[in-house]
Amino acid sequence: MSQPVRTPTDLTSAVAGGVGESPQRPDGNLKVRGEFAYSSDLWHEDMIWGATLRSPHPHARITGVDLTEALKVPGVHAVLTHADVPGANACGVEQRDQPVLAVDVVRYQGEPVALVGADHPETARRAMERIVVDYEVLEPVVDAEAAARGECAPLHASGNVVRHVPVRRGDQSATAEVVVTGRYEVGMQDQAFLGPESGLAVPAEDGGVDLYVATQWLHVDQDQVASALGLPLEKVRLALSGVGGAFGGREDLSMQVHACMLALHTRKPVKMVYNREESFYGHVHRHPAVLHYEHGADRDGKLVYVRAKIYLDGGAYASSTAAVVANAATLGIGPYDVDNVTVDCWGVYTNNPPCGAMRGFGAVQAGFAYESQMDRLAGVLGLDPVEVRLRNAVREGSTMPTGQVIDSAAPVAELLELVRDRPLPAATGGELDLRQMPGGVSNTTHGEGVVRGVGYAVGIKNICFSEGHDDYSTARVRLEVVGGEAAALVQTAACEVGQGLVTVVQQIVRTELGVQRVSVLPMDTSIGNAGSSSASRQTYVTGGAVKSACAAVRARVLELYSRQTGTGPAEVGRLGAELRGGKLVSSHDVLADLADVLGGDAVDETAEWRHRPTEPIDPETGQGNAHVQFGFAAHRAVVDVDVELGLVKVVALDCAQDVGRALNPQAVLGQIQGGSAQGLGLAVMEEIRTKDGKVRNPSFTDYLIPTVLDVPPMGVDVLERADPHAPYGLRGVGEPPTISSTPAIVAAIRAATGLPLTRVPVRPEHITGT
Amino acid sequence: MDFLRPTTLAEALAAKAERPDLVPIAGGTDVMVELNFDHRRPPGLLDLTGIAELARWSADGDVLRVGAAVPYARIVQDLGDRLPGLAMASRTVGSPQIRNRGTVGGNLGSASPAGDTHPVLIAGDAVVEVASARGARSIPADEFYLGVKRSALEPDELITAVRLAAATGPQQFAKVGTRNAMVIAVCSFAVSLHPERLRVGAAVGSAAPTPRRASAAEEFLSAELTSAGLWESREPLPDSVQRRFGELVAEAASPIDDVRGSAAYRRHALAVLARRSLGWAWREHSGGGNERCA
Ligand SMILES: Cc1cc2nc3c(=O)[nH]c(=O)nc-3n(C[C@H](O)[C@H](O)[C@H](O)COP(=O)(O)OP(=O)(O)OC[C@H]3O[C@@H](n4cnc5c(N)ncnc54)[C@H](O)[C@@H]3O)c2cc1C
Repeated sequence: MSQPVRTPTDLTSAVAGGVGESPQRPDGNLKVRGEFAYSSDLWHEDMIWGATLRSPHPHARITGVDLTEALKVPGVHAVLTHADVPGANACGVEQRDQPVLAVDVVRYQGEPVALVGADHPETARRAMERIVVDYEVLEPVVDAEAAARGECAPLHASGNVVRHVPVRRGDQSATAEVVVTGRYEVGMQDQAFLGPESGLAVPAEDGGVDLYVATQWLHVDQDQVASALGLPLEKVRLALSGVGGAFGGREDLSMQVHACMLALHTRKPVKMVYNREESFYGHVHRHPAVLHYEHGADRDGKLVYVRAKIYLDGGAYASSTAAVVANAATLGIGPYDVDNVTVDCWGVYTNNPPCGAMRGFGAVQAGFAYESQMDRLAGVLGLDPVEVRLRNAVREGSTMPTGQVIDSAAPVAELLELVRDRPLPAATGGELDLRQMPGGVSNTTHGEGVVRGVGYAVGIKNICFSEGHDDYSTARVRLEVVGGEAAALVQTAACEVGQGLVTVVQQIVRTELGVQRVSVLPMDTSIGNAGSSSASRQTYVTGGAVKSACAAVRARVLELYSRQTGTGPAEVGRLGAELRGGKLVSSHDVLADLADVLGGDAVDETAEWRHRPTEPIDPETGQGNAHVQFGFAAHRAVVDVDVELGLVKVVALDCAQDVGRALNPQAVLGQIQGGSAQGLGLAVMEEIRTKDGKVRNPSFTDYLIPTVLDVPPMGVDVLERADPHAPYGLRGVGEPPTISSTPAIVAAIRAATGLPLTRVPVRPEHITGT
Repeated sequence: MDFLRPTTLAEALAAKAERPDLVPIAGGTDVMVELNFDHRRPPGLLDLTGIAELARWSADGDVLRVGAAVPYARIVQDLGDRLPGLAMASRTVGSPQIRNRGTVGGNLGSASPAGDTHPVLIAGDAVVEVASARGARSIPADEFYLGVKRSALEPDELITAVRLAAATGPQQFAKVGTRNAMVIAVCSFAVSLHPERLRVGAAVGSAAPTPRRASAAEEFLSAELTSAGLWESREPLPDSVQRRFGELVAEAASPIDDVRGSAAYRRHALAVLARRSLGWAWREHSGGGNERCA
């Protein structure tokens, strides 16, 4: 079959610059101009459209499905149910507990029940209206704490607890002079990416299928799709299409198996695109959480113990709940040095929307609670909130509650000092500019009721996959002479989701091989696994793989040189030969032109690269070296609150973060600004509101995300304290700023209002008390 | 779905008379959302953007006539001095893109209780001009809204314009939303001072099934201003008067709890908005400078 059109080839076009520079990304201008091809723009001659019939109920038994009338609609090519799933009717990124299509029970509102393939989306819609599904509506389980206590009817055979992680360190009955307790809540945040779930499945001659899709992890998709289709892996080929944002929301399957089922069934290319409302049902969200904390400290504010119970609502299916639970538990007390720790974290099944990966992944929920507690402690002791944190901050060599010793830079104190010592923004005044006011251009105050507050927070995040996961990536680098010049080609399956990975990968090759011309092959499953574009890991792990492949290529080039010149390998080694500026150079001499050494040969190397191994944690005590690296960021937020109306304007949101080494400083800044903005969203507006398991605001009309008038200027300090274990010393950068942004803003609102504010997002009613 | 694009009002009215089920579309910023969400599947659309006379505004002495299809951006640009309240409300609608497309006619056509121009039209005693093949009629703004998304418009009628007097005194519009731009009103409030008539206009939005005049508040304040001779003296308003005005505005509302806000919050916020915006309007009336700003 022919190729689809509107695939994002422009992603792979060349950029200039090596490691440490900030070349312009290849997709930047196209995206700003609206010319970038996203997965929803895919097109294939002869294609038909797929659509998904979803459950209107959060919990119901399916007592009958009648497709008769739907099949009669002219233009309908197929109507499929669970009975048509060719392989295993089970998927899931960690546990395969979710049916591809519901069988006899639906566990959340929006669960896929049937598929239609038709010549037009409108035809598909009409056919869906004619599918009759009989439901016997059941009582939904919606209380995560009750589910954790085993008080609700089990939604899965294994019960309602997906995972419980205890962490025990030191004296479990420690006491302290000063004790602060709190109960905190975190609402369900959405990734709110702008590109809805979409893709195109093209049936292949060999009985397999080619799937073009926006995803975060091609190989984990491939695995699940192949298993659901009952096909061997090599018959299910995935290629990355233009991704319109991800933030964790594309780690689970959405339309992948569905489009492939329709394509194989109809022998036609099938396109599926969710609309905005459907998208809210089509991906997992951030786990809402209830968190109970108790902090004990001495009179100087030094923590003696921390005890916490954390409940994460995983919704109907496991998704990545188990890993999120481990993060919330092991990072549950924050970047603080505490001898006595008792943390229990539960992730549970309910009939709420499924929750899984989202930027910050468990560390966000815990971060809001432990930072709120640190402020409470400071308040009780009459200490400055930064001071109480400085007195407890971890540093390199500190021991985490899991027993793991932090073995690279942990400049938590310095990050806090950096944000504290930045100049404060001027008071709002002078000529009235509504854009600077809480309420913004809606004209709610000209200064009346406005009180300023300042708040601080710091956070910790594990970088890369943890708990003994075999976390690796694969990269291929090819070096050959093209038009008289040495040129490199790099290939990986690592998903460019907007974070700028394709740019960084080219920078690495350019630096390692000393060539100017580097091109990137499209990302697909024709090469080995790269792991997910998540956990702030891709520059670390795929960057490491590319660097390693470059090293293998360089070794081969040196071999060629050695053979051509008769210089023994030992001698070449002694010369310290390197590739630079298209030449083979020693520390003081040009040895050869790279193009001459290569001649007509191509050097082509593929490397699989792993970071140092991690360990599982002990299921009873949570002890173990579970994490490979920790990332830290601190924020200072300055807010103006209209205390009478409960409206908030974040005036400044400054951040300091250690990134080990900024491979692309501009991209680092983008991650910090974006992460901070996403944290702001959780602090003051972003929440999927549910009632009895049903989503009340599945649209951007009522699920609000920050606009340019909500996001303030950000002063950013980037520290580069190399981690000796990581490629180039880098430290994953994407998630840490999301963690500390939220509690810093809420702390600032508390400072302005004097209110306890134990729930995010903070709504106007929480401030006005009405 | 049919798509009709008449170039004169007469043609459009004829089409609507023949097929009352045609859905008019001006800026499309409500219609297209409804179509996309599948809330509505009209048999045909009647595009009004080809009708030049609907996209014009004109002045007849002190009365301004704003064509139904004049976009918000033009109101902000052209009429900020004469219709400050309408311009302020227009400025808070959506984003620049929405203000380039969206129209007052569309706001009226949707008759959403949250529409931003409604309180201003009521407070300014605007008249909605509607027409059909049967003839034209004028509907006072506060008789136009009948229920949630229901209006006095007949199926064969089109909105042709709104008519309202150029401002003779300060006007203010304020709305509460949970973000600082591009937000639907949780509640909104408009106030107009009409010194020449010794009258105050006040109306609330997004706090009842329809936008609503705050009659008791209007009467209370008009009476206070007149009896104390404040219209002429332009002395500062007693705090107690501002507060009472706020309370009466809040009492005019019958809000509900929904995903955007609680009823109690809406009532509370309306009292605050009313008190504050009256304060700004009065400061302007007292010569304390223009309280309309960037
Ligand atoms: C992103 C976004 C943000 C928004 N923000 C706001 C906001 O802040 N405040 C706000 O008030 N609204 C907002 N809206 C809603 C919308 O922009 C306004 O209601 C706008 O005034 C609609 O005008 P329009 O010309 O686009 O109407 P259309 O969508 O063209 O029409 C709206 C309705 O009016 C009818 N209609 C239009 N013209 C006529 C006519 N001449 N005669 C009879 N019926 C007619 C149509 O049939 C339809 O029922 C927003 C919409 C979007 C998409």
